[in-house]
Amino acid sequence: MRSDSRAPLGLTLGAAAGLLFLHVPILLIFLYAFTTEERTYQFPPPGLTLKWFAVAWNRADIWPPLYLSLQVAAISTALALVLGTLVAAAMSRAKFFGRDQISLLILLPIALPGIITGMSLRSAFDVMGIPFSTWTIVLGHATFCIVIVFNNAVARFRRLSGSIVEASLDLGANGFQTFRHVILPNLGSALLAGGMLAFALSFDEVIVTTFTAGQQSTLPIWMLNELVRPRQRPVTNVVAIVVFVTTFVPVLAAYYLTRGGSETAGGGK
Amino acid sequence: MTDAVEFVGVSRHFGPVRAVDGVDLAIAEGSFFAMLGPSGSGKTTCLRLISGFEKPTGGQIRIFGEESGRVPPNLRNVNTVFQDYALFPHMNVRDNVAYGPMVKGVPRAVRAARAEEMLSLVKLDGYGDRKPGQLSGGQRQRVALARALVNEPRVLLLDEPLGALDLKLREAMQDELKALQKRLGITFVFVTHDQGEALSMADRVAVFSDGKVAQVGTPEEVYGKPRTRFVADFVGSSNVLPPALTQRLGGPARWSSLRPESLRLAAAEGAALAGTVTALRYLGAGTRVVIDGPGAELAVLVPAGQALPAAGARVGLAFDPAMLHVMDEA
Amino acid sequence: MMDFRPVTLPVRGPGDRLTALFWRRPNLLLVLLLAPPLLWLGVVYLGSLAALLLQSFYSIDEFSGLVVHEFTLKTYLELLRPSNFDILLRTVGMAAAVTLGCAVIAFPIAYYAARYARGRWKAAFYLGVMLPLWSSYLVKVYAWKLILSKEGIVTWATDAAGASAVLNAVLALPVIGGNSLSTSYIGTWIVFVYVWLPYMILPMQAALERVPQSMLEASADLGATRAQTLRRVILPLALPGVIAGSIFTFSLTLGDYIIPQIIGSSRLFIGQAVYTLQGTAGNIPLAAAFAVVPIAVMLVYLALAKRMGAFDAL
Repeated sequence: MRSDSRAPLGLTLGAAAGLLFLHVPILLIFLYAFTTEERTYQFPPPGLTLKWFAVAWNRADIWPPLYLSLQVAAISTALALVLGTLVAAAMSRAKFFGRDQISLLILLPIALPGIITGMSLRSAFDVMGIPFSTWTIVLGHATFCIVIVFNNAVARFRRLSGSIVEASLDLGANGFQTFRHVILPNLGSALLAGGMLAFALSFDEVIVTTFTAGQQSTLPIWMLNELVRPRQRPVTNVVAIVVFVTTFVPVLAAYYLTRGGSETAGGGK
Repeated sequence: MTDAVEFVGVSRHFGPVRAVDGVDLAIAEGSFFAMLGPSGSGKTTCLRLISGFEKPTGGQIRIFGEESGRVPPNLRNVNTVFQDYALFPHMNVRDNVAYGPMVKGVPRAVRAARAEEMLSLVKLDGYGDRKPGQLSGGQRQRVALARALVNEPRVLLLDEPLGALDLKLREAMQDELKALQKRLGITFVFVTHDQGEALSMADRVAVFSDGKVAQVGTPEEVYGKPRTRFVADFVGSSNVLPPALTQRLGGPARWSSLRPESLRLAAAEGAALAGTVTALRYLGAGTRVVIDGPGAELAVLVPAGQALPAAGARVGLAFDPAMLHVMDEA
Repeated sequence: MMDFRPVTLPVRGPGDRLTALFWRRPNLLLVLLLAPPLLWLGVVYLGSLAALLLQSFYSIDEFSGLVVHEFTLKTYLELLRPSNFDILLRTVGMAAAVTLGCAVIAFPIAYYAARYARGRWKAAFYLGVMLPLWSSYLVKVYAWKLILSKEGIVTWATDAAGASAVLNAVLALPVIGGNSLSTSYIGTWIVFVYVWLPYMILPMQAALERVPQSMLEASADLGATRAQTLRRVILPLALPGVIAGSIFTFSLTLGDYIIPQIIGSSRLFIGQAVYTLQGTAGNIPLAAAFAVVPIAVMLVYLALAKRMGAFDAL
């Protein structure tokens, strides 16, 4: 749709209110990290202080979950990058039998609610007697990260002129040279974007994780426990800011990496 | 002398679709060969069979006598200028041209020098540092040409090489390609749906229809002596006369063709052929007059400057009987 | 003139040999590309889903509390017990209310972004919707805990505006009211709407982008007022986008257990039931049976959506 006319006032107000509704709550997280009130969510904060950042830094129970989350996100992203790129490469080629079923299969882990993925994995671990470990968490995360990488990669494959791969072969390059000199340089930023989104998604995931972590604690699980049984509330805010920034930065980077293409990152979460 | 490319009973079927169906062809070394036909006639598939991007489902393709059935595209010393040029968008022009030597392990300095040499061959000196995105359509095509020729292929394939260019540029490139081919002596095989392009550039033309070769010959042969109704109509929009009409005009009971430029307008009385003018189409150098004749619609090309009949007028047609070409098709 | 240049280039190593092999057997390459991801998804994901289904057909021994590994429909029948069935109804009802709320709030944003936002503003709108979408889920939920709590910003704002009576009246409503917003269904609903809103805006905007301006002009040209154009032309054309978005809002609400756990009354939703049953209660069969319900609901929903052409807007 295209129009040179101006929007009606009601519409403008509605859109502005909607966008404010989307953004203001997140800003409050930042405000509450500086409050001097420890026990309640009193508004406005009675006073402001920087001490919670130091307190959070020195809390020994925050660091192991942070390491675990980073570890899980890194491994899951790496696995998803390999698996997602492989499917995207296969799907960008000629039509073959079962193609639609495969795209459905890739989409399913993110299309179905998280408790289903989580409960399914939990059932499977139970049936097969697999004990909880870092790897049971990774198993779940990599599964729903595949689709993120896939979406980014397949869109780029589609945008690449199909004949440049043929041109490379035609000029004497074998398949591996073609991958290295032609496919990878053109796919690179899409993969980077997909990887960053996958990392953000994994780092932040809590629903599936609660089913696959057992007694282990990722940073989101730590936060969830603090929400249910709060101790030092502003410390939770400091951690929330860390989580927010750790997901926000890669997502913004992914947006700029894929900007201008039809495949702009994020539409497919 | 062996032929550069030889098709022996080649077929390429995609399920029930017979894209190429039992084609026999011989392309002589050093020739400029055109594959002409409407879209879907199998000409592009034939080109891709030579480059190796399609594999025949039947028959054999020989390149300089060597059976190519087990040779992948990257090992065929055959290069292609793609219809959309397929330049690598992330490389500059020089690296694009030097790509073939690069993957074959030619040292950097040598391949850079060869790339410059090729760029100067296609009159793009000094463009080496640009990205393909910064070039015009005509320039991209020259880069694609240089990138293929730097490998010194035994056969150069061109897929609708001029299709994306505007008219003026297309005509200039036709002459240039022709001159380049003469100079290098490499066998050029090009695919086109434009009969004018095929006739003006090629030494030999193969006319494709429904996956089969309808006729192979020199441009003069396919234009002047079409073998089938399809060739007559597709190459130069000739008048196709049914057997009864051919017979009436003194020929055998076969289909025949009569070029619009071989017909002249005459008085209706006493003419062997007469009819009513149904349409006039001004073409600049002449006017195409369409006449509803006995058993066929006939077009006459009236050169500019001559008197034109009005639509609805009854006119007669005269022609040199030698120009009536009786076709093989019964 | 003899030409000694080769017709076939020499093979230079394993890369060339493999390329030739893949060229001769293109399906081999396809199989090699697809095998690792399909094995992963097939074994890890489909295998797990199968395990879920399998578990849902087991039952739990009432005396020992152990899982009986025998096929039975008993566990599914338990879903129909009033206390359990209430959970299902409550969840589906909430999902429907959330979807409706999202559609209403999303429309002005999507419509403005599709029709009036240009250039820089368009990018700003896109980021403005996408960043909240990708922001940490827990952080967003946490933010609302701060806002809705008894001593939080909403109470403060209504006090400051002298509207405490209104807030108290709302909280005094039966069923949906509660002690404070953060312990009421209203609170749960607000947070659900907030968290899933971007999933509604994006497909809706995509659907609206496809409405040609000329169509709106045609409607105006034929004498329709703005309101008529909106009701008769724009809304019907936006509908596939709404349905596509509703697939997300509906499915995500059905399967969430964190939001109602943190903000809401103590009455359970499906997700919470699954989580408690598999954890502390140790009744994995019943948890599995509960988890099958959203799958079934979504399959029906998807079938309906497909018939209404929603997938063209995805």
